[in-house]
Amino acid sequence: MSDEIKMPVEATHIMMFARSIGDDNPIYHDEEYAKNSDVGHIIAPPTFPRAVSQFDPDYHLRPKNGVKWFGSGKNPTGLDGPAPSSGGLHAEQHFEYHRQLRPGDQLTVTTKVGKTWEKESKRAGKLKFLERIQEYRDQNGDLVVTSRAVSVTTERPVDQG
Amino acid sequence: MALSASNLKAGDSYKEVVVEDLTRTQLVMYAGTSGDYNPLHTDDLYSREAAGYPGVFAHGMLSMGLTGKMLTNYVGDGRLAKFGVRFTNQVWPGDTLTAEATVAEIREEGGEQFVDLTLETKNQDGKTVITGTATARIDP
Repeated sequence: MSDEIKMPVEATHIMMFARSIGDDNPIYHDEEYAKNSDVGHIIAPPTFPRAVSQFDPDYHLRPKNGVKWFGSGKNPTGLDGPAPSSGGLHAEQHFEYHRQLRPGDQLTVTTKVGKTWEKESKRAGKLKFLERIQEYRDQNGDLVVTSRAVSVTTERPVDQG
Repeated sequence: MALSASNLKAGDSYKEVVVEDLTRTQLVMYAGTSGDYNPLHTDDLYSREAAGYPGVFAHGMLSMGLTGKMLTNYVGDGRLAKFGVRFTNQVWPGDTLTAEATVAEIREEGGEQFVDLTLETKNQDGKTVITGTATARIDP
């Protein structure tokens, strides 16, 4: 993950993101409606900040030209040998909003690694937790969103029983 | 329309069905917009045969996004100050999710009114897939 990511907030991206979470609210796509609302302009849905992955040049969960991808092609995984870890599952996600994101914002996102800890679980073996804190600053340098994510790497697939 | 402190009390709740019969196409849409192309969520062959799961399952952030739809429908647009969740169970294609917010507390801070909410999203079997909390600015 890059230390500092530039994230432009664009109206089309917001519209498509809202569709992808099944949210028809016109505040996310209808400029006329938004102008006449209490808010006064289009805003991004509350979970939109995590779309920062799109703008991370090093993001490990996006296929890259010339690099073998771990998803399927001819075979269930494109890599040789045992199935690789995908980097873990998402265990927790917390956002703090200082203001709402809007089209035209030019964000700079910094990532810090927080705490790590381990836990034994019946359903997935040893769990390794990792906390990442991301701060989203706007074009004026003001902090607009803080994100705290906890990911978990499991020893084996989570038992569905 | 925003909530108002004058007609809200602890224990009040709001719920809605945020997705019915979740489709694999929705997972593909979410991968495309979020940029999280982990094949666990879009590639059934990989998920079953390489990763050892019964098939693809939803991004945690899609479940949170769906829960957030209920939340913003309840508290109004642009009102959230905090929104946090734990992902307690995976969400699968075919699932129908119901998200609920319950008022924990109404309080004043710096001359503004806030509501603290607890959140829970369940699947069609009553299994909890998300628990969480949120804080929103409300009208007096």
